Amino acid sequence: MDGVSKYFKWLFGVIRDFLLKADTTGHKLVLMVVVIALFILVMGAILWLVDRSSRVPRWVVITGFLGPAVLALTFGLVYPGLRTIYSSLFNRNGSDYVGFDNYMRAFTEPQFQIVLRNTAVWVILVPVASTVIGLIYAVLVDRTRFERIAKTLVFMPMAISMVGASVIWKFVYEYRPTDRPQTGLLNQLLVWLGLDSRQFLLDQPQNTFFLIIVMVWIQTGFAMTVLSASIKAIPDDIIEAARLDGLSGVGMFRYITVPSIRPALVVVLTTIAMGTLKVFDIVRTMTGGNFSTSVVANEFYTQSFRYNDKGLGAALAVVLFVLVIPLVVYNIRQMRMVEEIR
Amino acid sequence: MSAETARAGTVAATVVAATTPGSKLARRAGLAGKKLSSPWASLAAIIIAVVWTTPTVGLLVTSFRPEADIRTDGWWNVLAHPTFTLDNYQQAMFGNQTNFVGYFVNSLVITLPAVVIPISIALLAAYAFAWIDFRGRSLLFVAVFALQIVPIQVTLIPLLSQYVDWGIAGSFWTVWLSHTMFALPLAIFLLHNFMKDIPPALIEAARVDGAGHVQIFFRVLLPLLVPAIASFAIFQFLWVWNDLLVALTFAGGRPNVAPLTVRIAEMVGSRGSDWYLLSAGAFISMVVPVIVFLSLQRYFVRGLLAGSVKG
Repeated sequence: MDGVSKYFKWLFGVIRDFLLKADTTGHKLVLMVVVIALFILVMGAILWLVDRSSRVPRWVVITGFLGPAVLALTFGLVYPGLRTIYSSLFNRNGSDYVGFDNYMRAFTEPQFQIVLRNTAVWVILVPVASTVIGLIYAVLVDRTRFERIAKTLVFMPMAISMVGASVIWKFVYEYRPTDRPQTGLLNQLLVWLGLDSRQFLLDQPQNTFFLIIVMVWIQTGFAMTVLSASIKAIPDDIIEAARLDGLSGVGMFRYITVPSIRPALVVVLTTIAMGTLKVFDIVRTMTGGNFSTSVVANEFYTQSFRYNDKGLGAALAVVLFVLVIPLVVYNIRQMRMVEEIR
Repeated sequence: MSAETARAGTVAATVVAATTPGSKLARRAGLAGKKLSSPWASLAAIIIAVVWTTPTVGLLVTSFRPEADIRTDGWWNVLAHPTFTLDNYQQAMFGNQTNFVGYFVNSLVITLPAVVIPISIALLAAYAFAWIDFRGRSLLFVAVFALQIVPIQVTLIPLLSQYVDWGIAGSFWTVWLSHTMFALPLAIFLLHNFMKDIPPALIEAARVDGAGHVQIFFRVLLPLLVPAIASFAIFQFLWVWNDLLVALTFAGGRPNVAPLTVRIAEMVGSRGSDWYLLSAGAFISMVVPVIVFLSLQRYFVRGLLAGSVKG
């Protein structure tokens, strides 16, 4: 008996190590393949059990199809969400109930006032700038010979990570003293104009704007793609009629294009606003939230994981949650409209 | 690429799908005529395009310059003394301190399961929501749909302590599980919409022929859904590969699990002036998503086109 239990203990240990301690490249790749195969096998088994005969009770069928999703969502979103709301009412290590103190701090302490101010600036500027530039560009290149390549160039930043984008732009902002040869493009432009070089990411408060540029650079491609699609969807007869009435160029843009794509414009604005509200990667990579550049999503991370203030971190996450709700609701309503028009 | 943009992107694609068929485009092209006749318009378009590409080109050029050159002057001087090298890439990929090859493998190992698993789970759930009648179905569907608004941040701390309790903290499982759970609401919602577009007559016919749910799912629905699945797979792939927050939370500081994004973000902090490494590293992390994006961009739109025509 003892030998058998020892054997099982050993086997269990081996399996455990295989699943949890992938150290070498080979091991990792094998693990990846095994996990995918295992997963497909389990799903297949569920389906097979459900479908074995037509007399399987309905609830078994439904559980088989919906069970994994419901389980994952309950465990991964619903429970943690409620748990976070709960712990936002407790102190930094969750031992004492503090009521709404964490929220009070998040809204009144000077350092968090800056965070809230920055978040507001981001959420207003990024959607507006991206949408305006994206719209103008979409109209300019629409139905030209270079449309395809021109769009790909501007859309490309969407495909790369925000970390990668941050590295690209950090290099543009690179600082050297004025009398030294410059390596950052933006400072070189300043020096060529006879000005002094600057610490773009350090000088407050304008450094926030230089971070915002990175997000605009990423999101413009998205705005352009969606808006370009809806510009192409404007019915011919409207354009023809407007042309017969003598409209062209700016007039056409102002009185025909923009009103026709209004629902798409709203969708783009709110979608980008939602993404911007949660922006973390750019701030974290470029300044780490230092020099008064932090935003709510970054401050959540800093408080939760660097300062280990779980209560305050949870409160900031909840603030983020509450801020994003009206945007999502409005966004989904507008999206329904776009779909109905289709 | 965020969940939000994925959702709106699909809407955009359906708008394109709804408008492109037929010779309409050709007719419109003729109509366009005057469009870019204004030199100012061309100039504006060129300026935007140049501003948008220059930063990337600058870093790309830099990644091929010798370390000493990078320190002495800007990349725009490259034509004055054109020397190129692959040393930066060599150093970034295999150097003891950087070892980007290892992180590249991590990114890959994280991403593939994190794409396959949520799509499979979502397919099953979407099928049930679309084609199996049961009490409380619409209520449950609305609940799943509503979960889209939960920001990832809200879930991170409880999840982390849960993973610690289970003894799987710091393994690939934490990242796989998290990405799967976060992707589900959107995946179920999108796939359900596409499934609903398939004519019920097709399903009925199969049912009359005696096919069970599983047969209907695999024989009738799955082939029609390939474009929809592919489009969501691309979004999910880009999202997971480019993610920083989830990876940093669950795999930060663990070289055996952490993906490229985490390592690069770390290096910007610790070796922020080593541009010969950062530039090469950034492009190593970008090459896969850019290839995926460029090669599947067409397929993506065409796939959605096919989906909506069939529906």
